[in-house]
Amino acid sequence: MPKKLYNEPSPLETRVVSKRFGLENSESLDTYLANDGFKAFKNAKEMTREAILDEVKLSSLRGRGGAGFPTGLKWSFVPHTSPKPRVIVINADESEPGTCKDRLLMEYDPHQMIEGILIASLVVDAHVGYVYIRGEYRYLIEVMDRAIAEAYAKGYLGKNIAGTGWDFDLHTHSGAGAYECGEETALLDSLEGKRGIPRMKPPFPAVAGAWALPTLLNNVETFSAIPAIIQGGGKAFADLGVPKAGGTRLVCISGHVNKPGVYELPLGYSMMKAINEVAGGIPNGKKLKAVVPGGSSCPLLKADECDIAMDYDSLAKVGSMLGSGGMVVLDETTDMVKFALRIIRFYAHESCGWCIPCREGTTWLKKILERFNAGHGRHEDIALLGELSKNMLGRTFCALGDAAAMPTISIVEKFAEDFEKRLARELVAV
Amino acid sequence: MPEMVKLTMNGREITAEKGTLLIEAARQNGIEIPSFCYYEGLTLQAACRMCLVEVEKTPKLQVGCTLPVAEGMVVHTESDQVKSARKGTLEFLLTNHPLDCPVCDKGGECELQDMVFRYGAGESRFTERKIHTPEQQWSPVVYFDAPRCILCYRCVRACDEGMGVKALGVSNRGAISEIVPNHHDHLECDECGACIDICPVGALTSGTYRYQTRPWEMNHVGTICTHCADGCRTTLGVRNDKIIRGNNRDRSGVNGEFLCVKGRYAFDFVEHPERLQSPMLRAGDQFEPISWVQALEIVAKKFSAAKKFGVIGSNHTTNEENYFLAKMAGQGLQTENIDHHRTGDLATLFDALSGKNQALATTADLYNAKAILVVGADLSQQHPFLAYQARANFRHHAAHIYAVTTGPVREDHQAAASVRVEKGREIAGVESLRDKLKSEPELIIVFGDALQGDAVRKLVAFGDSLGVPVKYVCLVDYSNSRGAFDMGVVPKNGGLSLQQMLAADLDVLWVVGANPLKNATMTAKSFVVVQDLFMTETAKHADLVLPAASAYEKTGTVTNVCGEAQKLKHAIKVMGTKTDLEIMGLIAKEMKLDLGIWLPEKVFEEIRKNVHGYDVSKALIDLGAVATAPLNGRVAALPGVIQSARDTLFTSGSLTKYSKILNEVMEAPGALYEAPGARRHAPGSAGTSEQ
Repeated sequence: MPKKLYNEPSPLETRVVSKRFGLENSESLDTYLANDGFKAFKNAKEMTREAILDEVKLSSLRGRGGAGFPTGLKWSFVPHTSPKPRVIVINADESEPGTCKDRLLMEYDPHQMIEGILIASLVVDAHVGYVYIRGEYRYLIEVMDRAIAEAYAKGYLGKNIAGTGWDFDLHTHSGAGAYECGEETALLDSLEGKRGIPRMKPPFPAVAGAWALPTLLNNVETFSAIPAIIQGGGKAFADLGVPKAGGTRLVCISGHVNKPGVYELPLGYSMMKAINEVAGGIPNGKKLKAVVPGGSSCPLLKADECDIAMDYDSLAKVGSMLGSGGMVVLDETTDMVKFALRIIRFYAHESCGWCIPCREGTTWLKKILERFNAGHGRHEDIALLGELSKNMLGRTFCALGDAAAMPTISIVEKFAEDFEKRLARELVAV
Repeated sequence: MPEMVKLTMNGREITAEKGTLLIEAARQNGIEIPSFCYYEGLTLQAACRMCLVEVEKTPKLQVGCTLPVAEGMVVHTESDQVKSARKGTLEFLLTNHPLDCPVCDKGGECELQDMVFRYGAGESRFTERKIHTPEQQWSPVVYFDAPRCILCYRCVRACDEGMGVKALGVSNRGAISEIVPNHHDHLECDECGACIDICPVGALTSGTYRYQTRPWEMNHVGTICTHCADGCRTTLGVRNDKIIRGNNRDRSGVNGEFLCVKGRYAFDFVEHPERLQSPMLRAGDQFEPISWVQALEIVAKKFSAAKKFGVIGSNHTTNEENYFLAKMAGQGLQTENIDHHRTGDLATLFDALSGKNQALATTADLYNAKAILVVGADLSQQHPFLAYQARANFRHHAAHIYAVTTGPVREDHQAAASVRVEKGREIAGVESLRDKLKSEPELIIVFGDALQGDAVRKLVAFGDSLGVPVKYVCLVDYSNSRGAFDMGVVPKNGGLSLQQMLAADLDVLWVVGANPLKNATMTAKSFVVVQDLFMTETAKHADLVLPAASAYEKTGTVTNVCGEAQKLKHAIKVMGTKTDLEIMGLIAKEMKLDLGIWLPEKVFEEIRKNVHGYDVSKALIDLGAVATAPLNGRVAALPGVIQSARDTLFTSGSLTKYSKILNEVMEAPGALYEAPGARRHAPGSAGTSEQ
């Protein structure tokens, strides 16, 4: 029975990591094996670790978690000959508002990720991995546990994987509901059973990560892209995208569009085309007001900034980020005061409390916006929101403070008139 | 020579040792980089963001407390960007801070106040509602006011890293993060109060000090704690002849800022209502107060008429008092029957080490030595400061700690090897570690009263046979146990021991600041004169009791367990009492004995001349502690004479009863010392466990 997909695929997609989505029993190992499954791993086992690493570097794959760090480079940092055992950690703590792609990769095609992990294990010479799954994704833990059990049962995990002589154990680990644990070092602390707060860097996880062992840590989508890279070659993958950012990404389009959903689009895809054609345009003929390009922590783009290619450099040029692929489309009816409040409520709730600017700053911003939204705003609040955000920006322990500050700054700077209208009672909270 | 690097700070070229943190390099050069969470000796946090500085060629402000200096670095600590970051951070900090400085204990010595005054903005732009939670009492001595807390995590680290207790943690997250005690709503811990002292704001306050005074209204008197033998300096806050608090924030003394529950709180015995304030003469079953003139007359008459004397000295009185007592017993009363409650076999150790001047370890050595072996003692119970030194040594220098004990001890957590032995088999346990100890570059052996006589000689022989430099600490119980021994308050030429004196029919038994009848009975019919603070078991047995001043009410010197002589400073005066030295002097005067002037300074001059190893610099003693070296060899004690009182963290011999605080905290539920160890080792089980 084909699994019902959350959204209809679009013919405009370039389906690489999502190519098995929608197949009958797509999550089962048999389906995976019948559709090129584990071929890449078997090929990789015949390759030298340098050759695998070269393919990954050649693919220009960049981390899909949000920061976009070149994957091949990250892998090369792990001291594979260290006397300490290496550990692979899979960041499945997908919590960035607007982002909902990793869950599909695990739900529809978990074995693709497992194969990616196994290939990575060859490169860093690791024999154990932990899938750290967001606490709120309760059902996914079962999905992953089932997939892992199936892989063990059929010899694709455990001892002597697929007769290649390679051993690898994979475990799931549940988060407890903290956005902060998506930050890789906070994730490691949480994985170790501690309070999830970020660690001081250096040392970086590649050198001293989980239990102070050299650790390779990547996002679900990053690992899921690896089999295709090994199978089709790094060059072919790179060519799908733009220079320095190869391949495709799962773009999660939500908000005011006719066909919200997760679509696999090559890097460098036109944002307007994604909104108007892939996602079916804005309903009821409304005009575009703003776009959150890659998850709630990215500075918003005004409508006139949205005619750009979705790649790292293009977005950086307009002062935003590609982020984790969570694109939120806002039409002209959107009240940006409410939108800012919604975002900052999230960050105030999720701030781990470790450092002062983030802990106190997010809460203060939230309180101002709550008051403003309730109709008790003052003119000076508009500037204050921006100034407080700038007091956080770049001064917090980890990027969570920045993640709260950046969208707030962009909203008060680009959409100050919404705030003014609220003050003038031209716009009333609904 | 360590490698030095040159860098520029605020336009000035400075040099610092390679690897120094920027914040330290700045401090060394007289430049302040403010911080809350950075605390010397504790792990780095980088949480408060107060130490952000501008480093040229880096895009963002850098954290001064985690960034090591580098050659050619150009740093600005007072640029506009840095100033605005500090101002911003302080503004954030004050958003949920109650700003109740007028009623806050910390007012006047609050780091947050100082910082805001120096770096903050005059006005806050925060006009929202503050988060408020009610104050909590965690123990008789620890109160927590969450809204004042700035979450610097110093208390959490001081408790975990410094004390090895881990009684504090953090619950919740974000702006409602809160420091929490280990047992839901209360603390079960050492009650040392280190968390209170280290708190930069008034979030953690002391049960004994809160709402009593303003810090500037007190005189701060640095003196030595009168309880255990570790000789911690406690700075007493005194107002109107009343001790209000004890702490050591100025880090003077051998102990730095360490203090245990006794040093910090157990000064309250001085004002216990049962404190003796007038000489008391026995009248049948009762005592009646008499004047000092009458009392001295009676004593002098009795003493002059007596032939058979017994003199029992104290573990708490000063070196001067002990010296004067020994001198008076020998030269004045012509008796060889003098002793004190001996709690460690110093005699055999000194004898066995005779001539090896470098073989006694100081408290500083315990922090610096590469390896420490603890034999037959629960350091964290009886010698909390020595335990703290060893723990700090382990944390900062990765020292190897070994423990040979009959039951689990806190040192097990750091131990390279812990050996459990049956009582009396300690030397065999030590022997089992021979190979490991032999490979250490140096060693300090700390032993308790479990080793006496021959066992001590065997231990020293074992130390000699290792072929590495070995130093020793013989543990003794009280604040001047070591001094009493050094000053010669021990039987001379076959004189009676303390136990024998209690049993012998003497004309006069003179007990100066001791309570030998606490755990013994006396059947002999001697005329008993007791100098003490309270009606102790011994005083109740006396014919005449003279009210003495406590250590906090006198000057003089005391010698700690490691042989470091330190100065007591007079903090208060309790009406009606006299120092033991003065009492002895007055008795001598009344008896027309010429024993010299009984001023502490004069007596100390004599000690310097006459007591081996005490020819120490007066200037050094005035400044702090100075190690003595009394290795002149002495007669060994008779078996059964030496017995530690086995005080715990919450007891202090006869004084326990009179300290309200010690009694209150003892009632705190839980048995810290059983639970964590018990999970690791079954108590009393033999065998080696290695971590």
